[in-house]
Amino acid sequence: MDNNAIESIVQAVLAQLASNGGNVSADSVKQTVSSVADNIPDSQLVDITSKEVKSKPLIEEPCDIDGLNRMISKTTARIGVGKAGPRLKTQTMLALRADHAAARDSVFADVDEKKMQDLGMFCVKTCCKDRNEHLTRPDLGRKFDAETVSEIKSKCTPNPDIQFVVSDGLSSKAIEANVKDVLPAVMDGVKSMGYSVGTPFFVKFGRVASMDHVCEIVGSKVTCILIGERPGLGTAESMSAYLTYESKVGMPEANRTVVSNIHSGGITAVEAGAYLAEVIDLIMKNKASGVNLKK
Amino acid sequence: MGNDILSVGIDIGTSTTQVIFSRIVMENMASFFAVPHISIIDKEVIYKSDIYMTPLVNSYLIDGDKVRDIVAGEFQKAGFTPQDTQTGAVIITGESARKENSALVLEKLSDFAGDFVVSTAGPDLESVIAGKGSGAQSYSEENACVAVNLDIGGGTTNIVVFDEGKVIAKGCADVGGRLLKLEKDYTVTYVSPTAQMISDKHGLSLAVGQKTDDKAITILCDEMVGLVEQMLGIYDKSDMLNSVVTNGSTELVINKPIRAVCFSGGVADCIYKTGFPKLQFGDIGVFLGNSFKKSRLYGDFKLINAKETIRATVVGAGTYTTSISGSTITYSENILPLKNVPVLKLTLDEQTKVFNGDKEFLREKVKWFNSQNDSTKLILGLPGSKNPTYTEIGILADTIGLVMDEVLEKNEPILIVTECDIAKALGQAIRRRFLNKRSIISIDSISVDDGDFVDLGKPLMDGLVIPVVVKTLIFG
Repeated sequence: MDNNAIESIVQAVLAQLASNGGNVSADSVKQTVSSVADNIPDSQLVDITSKEVKSKPLIEEPCDIDGLNRMISKTTARIGVGKAGPRLKTQTMLALRADHAAARDSVFADVDEKKMQDLGMFCVKTCCKDRNEHLTRPDLGRKFDAETVSEIKSKCTPNPDIQFVVSDGLSSKAIEANVKDVLPAVMDGVKSMGYSVGTPFFVKFGRVASMDHVCEIVGSKVTCILIGERPGLGTAESMSAYLTYESKVGMPEANRTVVSNIHSGGITAVEAGAYLAEVIDLIMKNKASGVNLKK
Repeated sequence: MGNDILSVGIDIGTSTTQVIFSRIVMENMASFFAVPHISIIDKEVIYKSDIYMTPLVNSYLIDGDKVRDIVAGEFQKAGFTPQDTQTGAVIITGESARKENSALVLEKLSDFAGDFVVSTAGPDLESVIAGKGSGAQSYSEENACVAVNLDIGGGTTNIVVFDEGKVIAKGCADVGGRLLKLEKDYTVTYVSPTAQMISDKHGLSLAVGQKTDDKAITILCDEMVGLVEQMLGIYDKSDMLNSVVTNGSTELVINKPIRAVCFSGGVADCIYKTGFPKLQFGDIGVFLGNSFKKSRLYGDFKLINAKETIRATVVGAGTYTTSISGSTITYSENILPLKNVPVLKLTLDEQTKVFNGDKEFLREKVKWFNSQNDSTKLILGLPGSKNPTYTEIGILADTIGLVMDEVLEKNEPILIVTECDIAKALGQAIRRRFLNKRSIISIDSISVDDGDFVDLGKPLMDGLVIPVVVKTLIFG
C-alpha cells in the first residue's frame, strides 16, 4: 500500500471522527480501509517475500552499498534490513510473518493426491486420522492399519529390489515441488542399472519410519522414502530421501542413509534423482545402509 | 593421501627458468547428510627450485637440451619422478614465447609431461597466472576490492586487474628489467626496440658498445613506468603507449577504481627491498624498481605485500591452473585422461534452441565446428539451467545424444561441460539412451568459452570429481 492510499484512509477516518463527535466504530474503520485497499490494482502490489525484494537492502544510505549487496547475496539471513527506532521495519516484520505463514501452511496443507496419481502412484494413509494427530502422535505416523496393509499388498509388486514411497511428512509443498522431477529420474536411473522397481505409492500423514513397515509389507531390499522436511523460514520446499537396506520396524535410526536439502536452492531435483540412483546402487552392492555403509 | 594431488609448475621466461612442486588438497565440504561437495581446500608449495638464467643459443632461441637438464635435475632434487605428478603446467613467457621455442620445449620436455602436464603460453594468461601466484587475487577476494598485479619481468610487464577475485582486465606491456643490458662500466650490450624508442624520444643516445650513465637510465626507467601508469589510466594516454603494448595481448580496460597494487616478477624485489648495487644484474632492473617506487602507482594505492615475487608465475602455473569439476557428474573412466579437447560453447540463446529440441540447429553447429578443427573430439559447453525439470533434461539428452551420435566419428565419446549443476542427471539420461554404445563424460561447475581447450584428468576423491584444466591457448 503506498502513502497515498494510507493518506486517504486516514483522511476518511478523520472525517468520520469529526462528523460523529469523536466516536468511530471498529467496523466502519475496517470498511474504510477495505474500500481503499480493494481499489489498488494487483499490478501495483509487491510480493515482499520474493527473492528480488528480499535482496534489496533496507538500510537507508549505507556507506558501502556494494559491500552490503555482496553480504546479502551470500546468505538467506535477514541482514541489511535497517530498523525503525529499536524495531524492525514494517516490511521486514511483514516478510517474516509471511514466511512463517508459508512454513505453517506447508505443514498443514495436504498434498494434491491427483498430482501423485499422475505420477503413477496410488494413495494410502497411516494410522493417523487427521493432521493434528499426525503432528502429535509420531508413533501412529509410522504404521498402517490392517485394511491399508492389505491394500498395499494387493496393489504392489512383491519383493522388488527397490521400493519407492513418497510421504508428506512435515512439508506438503516440498513434495509438490520436487517429487515430479526426483522420482522419474531416480526410477529411470535404477531401472537402467538392471534393478527391479516396485510400485511406488503416496503415504499421507507419514513419518520417516513408515518406510520400515512398508518394507516389511512388500519385502523390498532397498526402501527409499521421499519425505518433506520440517520447513524453516529460508525455504518451505526442502525434501529429504531416506534409504535403508532391509528395514525392520524398530531398526536403529543410524542404519538409514539420508540425502537432505533437496530444493531449488540446495541440490536441484534432477541432480538429486541421478545421485540417489547411484546411492541405491551402492547400497545394493554393499547390502548395507546408514553408518554400516562405509562411504 | 588420496585427497591430494601433486602438481608441477615449470616457467621458462625471458630471463629465468624455474620449477616448483605443490600439493593441492581436496575435501568433501558437505555434511554427511547431503550430496557431496568436493572443494580444493589448500594449495601448498612444497618445493621451489633454484632460479636459473634461461639458457639461450642466441639472443632469442632457447637451448632446449639445457632446459631439459635443468628440469631433470630439479625433479631429482625434489625427489619426484614424472609419474608422481597428476597435473601442472609448463609456461613459456615473455619474449621466449616464440613459436619455435614453444615447439622445441614441448618436444624436449615431453618425458616430463606426465599423464597430465599441460603447456600454456600467451601474455594474457601469463598475467592472470602471475596475479594468482603473487597473492593479488586472494587479496582481492578476501578484501572484496579491486586489486592490480604487475608482474615485472625481464622483457614484459604483465598486468591483471581482479575485482573480488575475478579477472576484470588484463594486459601486457614491453616494459622490463632487461630491455637494456650493460657491463659493469656502463657499456651498453643490448638495447631492446622499446628502449631504443624511448632513447630516441629523450635523446639518450643509447647504443650497443657506447657508455651511458645513471641519469640516462633513470630517464629511461621513469618513462617506462609512466607508460605503465598510462595503461592503468593514472595519466592520460600518450602516442607512444600503443607501441609498447605487447603484441597479442588484450587492451587493458578498467572501469572500476583500483584500490590495491601488488608487484611481482624479478623487478618486484627491487621495489619491496632496498640496497641492491645499481648494476648487480647486468641490466636496469634496480633502476626500474626505483622508478616504480617513486611513482604514483606505488604511493597512491594500498600496497599488497606479494607472497611470491620472482616466483609468482611459476607458483601460479603449478598451483592455480587446475580446477575440479562438480561432485555430481557422469563419466566413462576408461577414456580418461583426455587432452586438448576443443570447446564448442553454446550461448544462452543457442542453448534455448537445444532445450527446445532443435536437432537441425545443433547438427549444423557441430558439423561446422568439426570442419573448423583438426581434432575429431569436441566438448560441448552449455551454460545449463539452474532448476530444470526432468522433462527438460530428457529433451536435452535426446537432442544432444542423437546429434552427437550422428556427427561424431565411431568410438569418439560424447563430452559435455555445463556451468549449472545438472551433469549427473544429463549424463545418466544420455547414457540410458545409448546404453554402452558410446563413452560419455558429463561434468559441471566449470565455465568455458568458445575457443578454449580442456584437459580432463583421472577421477579423484573416490571418483567423485575429475580435475580439469581450461586453457585459452595451446601450442603445437
